[in-house]
Amino acid sequence: YVRASRADSGRMSVDVERVLIQLQDETGEVLGSPFDVPLDISPDKLQLVCNALLQKPVPYLFFVKDAEVVSSLGSCVQELGLETEQVLPVVYQPQAVFRVRAVARCTSSLEGHTEAVISVAFSPTGKYLASGSGDTTVRFWDLSTETPHHTARGHTHWVLSIAWSPDGKKLASGCKNSQIFLWDPITGSQIGKTLTGHTKWITWLCWEPLHLNPECRYLASTSKDCSIRIWDTVLGRCDKILTGHTHSVTCVKWGGDGLLYTSSQDRTIKVWRAKDGVQCRTLQGHAHWVNTLALSTDYVLRTGAFEPATATINPQDLTGSLDEIKEKALKRYNSVRGEGHERLVSGSDDFTMFLWNPAEEKKPVARLTGHQALVNEVLFSPDTRLIASASFDKSIKIWDGKTGKYLNSLRGHVGPVYQVAWSADSRLLVSGSSDSTLKVWDIKKGKLNADLPGHADEVFAVDWSPDGQRVASGGKDKCLRIWRK
Amino acid sequence: MPQNEHIELHRKRHGYRLDHHERKRKKESREVHERSHKARKMIGLKAKLYHKQRHAEKIQMKKTIKMHEQRKSKQKDDDKTPEGAVPAYLLDREGQSRAKVLSNMIKQKRKEKAGKWEVPLPKVRAQGETEVLKVIRTGKRQKKAWKRMVTKVCFVGDGFTRKPPKYERFIRPMGLRFKKAHVTHPELKATFCLPILGVKKNPSSSLYTTLGVITKGTVIWGKYAQVTNNPENDGCINAVLLV
Repeated sequence: YVRASRADSGRMSVDVERVLIQLQDETGEVLGSPFDVPLDISPDKLQLVCNALLQKPVPYLFFVKDAEVVSSLGSCVQELGLETEQVLPVVYQPQAVFRVRAVARCTSSLEGHTEAVISVAFSPTGKYLASGSGDTTVRFWDLSTETPHHTARGHTHWVLSIAWSPDGKKLASGCKNSQIFLWDPITGSQIGKTLTGHTKWITWLCWEPLHLNPECRYLASTSKDCSIRIWDTVLGRCDKILTGHTHSVTCVKWGGDGLLYTSSQDRTIKVWRAKDGVQCRTLQGHAHWVNTLALSTDYVLRTGAFEPATATINPQDLTGSLDEIKEKALKRYNSVRGEGHERLVSGSDDFTMFLWNPAEEKKPVARLTGHQALVNEVLFSPDTRLIASASFDKSIKIWDGKTGKYLNSLRGHVGPVYQVAWSADSRLLVSGSSDSTLKVWDIKKGKLNADLPGHADEVFAVDWSPDGQRVASGGKDKCLRIWRK
Repeated sequence: MPQNEHIELHRKRHGYRLDHHERKRKKESREVHERSHKARKMIGLKAKLYHKQRHAEKIQMKKTIKMHEQRKSKQKDDDKTPEGAVPAYLLDREGQSRAKVLSNMIKQKRKEKAGKWEVPLPKVRAQGETEVLKVIRTGKRQKKAWKRMVTKVCFVGDGFTRKPPKYERFIRPMGLRFKKAHVTHPELKATFCLPILGVKKNPSSSLYTTLGVITKGTVIWGKYAQVTNNPENDGCINAVLLV
């Protein structure tokens, strides 16, 4: 190392150790050649260097061997006990350009449902909000005035799951009487025919991604009758029926590569080809029901062509022709997906989760243990770097999105945590639990940011709008609450 | 011809009286009035008994009429959606109300104290001593018969050491000692080979429990599983987990 000392009158001699670093990105590609920097360099200065080299004004996080550089490079090196003689690889990770502000207050409590609110979903652009409830109605809410907009009647039993089409023009809802309805959010009326065919209640609905088909025509639904049906919403009939599971199918995700992933209570996850409905793989390993699935590209598939960085205060509909939308969605999808394939994480009643690479191999990448009760929901962060898991043991655990390594545990709830939702910049997480509170967590600090009490009974559903402005939550107390900063 | 069939025989031979059916109809309709006349005019103990009997009869009649009526008006109930809406992830789970959890805990503690479990095989054939224990003759002239050998599978703990051979009354042969059992989880239908921690209760006799004899119906410890086969015949222990 080169010692640079300064002997000046009136100034103390400053010995600054210098070290050679090599900047690399997450996939291992090197950026430029090694250069030397003083050991007490801070992340801000490193960021300036990166910005200069990459010519992209994006905030970065820096890691030395998976340990984040927080205060200065020197302290990190010291902790790890690395030699300063060799070239040190420093990995940089771009963060989201925009910053989502944490929600802090409840701006309105929307009554109207006469039974518990079971599911809540923002449309992909964040313009509309829909909620399904036990009183068999689906209600649309106007977000600018925070008042009811439409009430969609038609179901004959509890509305168990709702799903927006990726272009935000249609909403599909499934009920306990195994019927699926399609609604138009602008008029609140039904589009097309009622889709019947399942024999038991609908557990999950998932649309085909926008970049595969910009018309948003196909919808996959799973039910307790152990089958998965792919519906053609334009013709109003069932296109394919995928059977193979022996117990209730709990979740389905339509991947961006044209593969369908389904999880079931028979402890397996099956991978199907969406084009012809052929089963490709069965992923086994869980010891009890598999409750939930999450894809690393979930967020980008949900938002389609909408880019959260370009969001405005008043959310707008998607504009452009079908081809333009498809292009945009495809570009966003490719950038998030990166080099490898999509990763899948599954949460189960056996208190563990598995991280899979389902497009390539049958064996799991990692087993994520640590929870002390069943895992109810798992979710990748929008930048796919982190995984959050909500469990009935009142805690939320954060894991690394690539390797599955355990990072952090967020404790604070006093009842089982039912659902979680990430903010669009992956810095904040909101969780709803049966103890009737919502909590906003700061991921970087690993601590509670804000506690949001207000519900009178258990919180069943939580959603963060894709533009990051609002959080909506609904629960057993029949009212829907909207929270803002 | 039997004594009591002369009326029927006459009817078969000669037919009914010409006005028989008319008279029968009228008599029956008169019966109602006569009954009510009697009920009004009766006095004394006879009346009390009669009214009591009649009251019971009337209650029964009302019940059957209501039952018949219910069948007609059943459609109204089907339209109403049941209360207690829960999201899909909670549907297959039984959510216990908070009040019930405490009482369940107390009940379970009481049951454990009393040594009673809900077992899949409630009634097992009791096995007598002659079946389970074989007499071993000892002594110079093979006359002494105080030793017994266990003929069924048994479990001895980890720190088991035999008593001095001269003094041990019960012999548990090494060939019949088992440490592991195949335990099936009834819901998942998965079977695991798990080590046995102890014998909780042998339904035939408490003596067998202390000896550690495992027969069909024994509750073995670990996580409380009940043995479902005859281990001495099969060479392995199959058990069902008690959940």
